[in-house]
Amino acid sequence: MENAISFNIKVWRQAGPKEQGRFEVYQMQDIPTDTSFLEMLDILNEQLIEQGKEPIAFDHDCREGICGMCSLYINGHPHGPATGATTCQLYMRRFHDGETITVEPWRSAAFPVIRDLMVNRNAFDQIQQAGGYVSFNTGGAQDANALPISKVDADEAMDSASCIGCGACVAACKNGSAMLFVSAKVSQFALLPQGKPEAARRVKAMLQKMDELGFGNCTNTGACAAECPKQIKLSNISRLNREYICAKLAD
Amino acid sequence: MWLTNSSVGRKVVMSVTGLFLILFLTFHTLMNAVALFGFKYYEAICEFLGANWYALVGTAILAGGFVLHIIFAFWLTFQNRKARGNDRYEESAKPASVEWASQNMLVLGIIVLCFMGLHLCQFWAKMQLPEIMGEHPQSGTDALALAFGNWWTLPIYLVGFCALWFHITHGFWSAFQTIGTANEKWICRFKCIGWWWATIVMGLFAIEAIYFTLHFNNIINC
Ligand code: HEM
Ligand code: SF4
Ligand code: FES
Repeated sequence: MENAISFNIKVWRQAGPKEQGRFEVYQMQDIPTDTSFLEMLDILNEQLIEQGKEPIAFDHDCREGICGMCSLYINGHPHGPATGATTCQLYMRRFHDGETITVEPWRSAAFPVIRDLMVNRNAFDQIQQAGGYVSFNTGGAQDANALPISKVDADEAMDSASCIGCGACVAACKNGSAMLFVSAKVSQFALLPQGKPEAARRVKAMLQKMDELGFGNCTNTGACAAECPKQIKLSNISRLNREYICAKLAD
Repeated sequence: MWLTNSSVGRKVVMSVTGLFLILFLTFHTLMNAVALFGFKYYEAICEFLGANWYALVGTAILAGGFVLHIIFAFWLTFQNRKARGNDRYEESAKPASVEWASQNMLVLGIIVLCFMGLHLCQFWAKMQLPEIMGEHPQSGTDALALAFGNWWTLPIYLVGFCALWFHITHGFWSAFQTIGTANEKWICRFKCIGWWWATIVMGLFAIEAIYFTLHFNNIINC
């Protein structure tokens, strides 16, 4: 019966940012396939605690795909083998009996490991703080007809706004580039009238912060968009380039 | 200066020089193609360009574009490796939509660079350089005969063309994405145009090289 599977799980263990890390292999017996990946790690941690060992540290919060905290690199993919889903939305039915599942932290210079599978994504907060907001009071909701926005733009802005800031794009990128994240954060405002007054200032500040923090230069490989759990589109990056180039030419 | 001290600016330099080089290659292959119709026409083009002031200005701009492209290529790749860090994934899977060329642009560029070194020795050093130095240049046809009379020239050129084909199939749409001219629809269109452009330009180069090899080894007589 395939309602429960047994497998090996190979997990990256690292005691602290400066410590040397290594893989540990654990055996998991009869895990129901309806278990979510994070619940499976909870079960493993309970076992470790019972054995008097250190539990595995990993980030998680909402467990419903909206907060962007979960961040595991599973079997060669950020957020695992499913497309359009976060780690917390991944279930054990994706895996096979007897397989060895490899779990690693995001690996990128700008996201140093804090402990085990947990990385420091503070760099994203700093980019957001540099300009990823509207700084004036936009007032209460207006009458819908007062500010017409085309359906196409509204949809695209909404799609861009679905970025949860998880960092899978950086984790997937061979250049350690944060362009997909920054482009989503710039696009969600650049497409709407409320975002236009500060658009030039915003794109310059966010991009400068991104460069300052040591993220790489985008070579348009597209691994980010292919792995993004929110399926943020690659065309956002071209919009970011366009916004930035126009802002610089206008100076 | 934003073209050097921002990531997008540096990519703009890559993109503009890259597109310029693609344009140059396109004219280059068309001028070579003239030789397919008769070497006397080819000679006429060689003579027309020679080392006239406009040919020299053109060469200088071209060389400048190349040097910029190559310096920025190493610079960007070095920065990217640093940003990626030293820790590698134990297991990593390339998503199907990621082109192989897009992750190996520097390697492809270095192959192109080696091929270009040979190519410049075989032609530029024999044709334009002596003229600049005030010496007697070799005729275009003689240079062709000397280069393609060697059996090893053709395989090396074909490797160079292959590397360029991969470089351009990715580079073409990537360049338009970089300068901000792409969107969901146009990414597909640029990819398609780039594929055809690279295939036609490189295919034509390959046909020319094969023809010259056969002709100057007296295998065909036309
Ligand atoms: C005639 C020859 C060449 C042509 C037509 C060409 C064309 C291009 C184009 C169109 C791009 C895309 C730019 C972008 O993504 O915005 C590019 C990128 C690149 N080229 Fe070339 N190139 C040539 C020679 C070289 C050489 C000799 C090297 C290196 C030694 C090189 C290294 C690179 C690298 C590393 C990139 C990726 C840069 C990045 O995206 O960060 N290329 N090339
Ligand atoms: S763009 Fe996608 S992968 Fe990158 S941070 Fe946003 S949701 Fe995560
Ligand atoms: S835990 Fe919130 S998105 Fe996965």
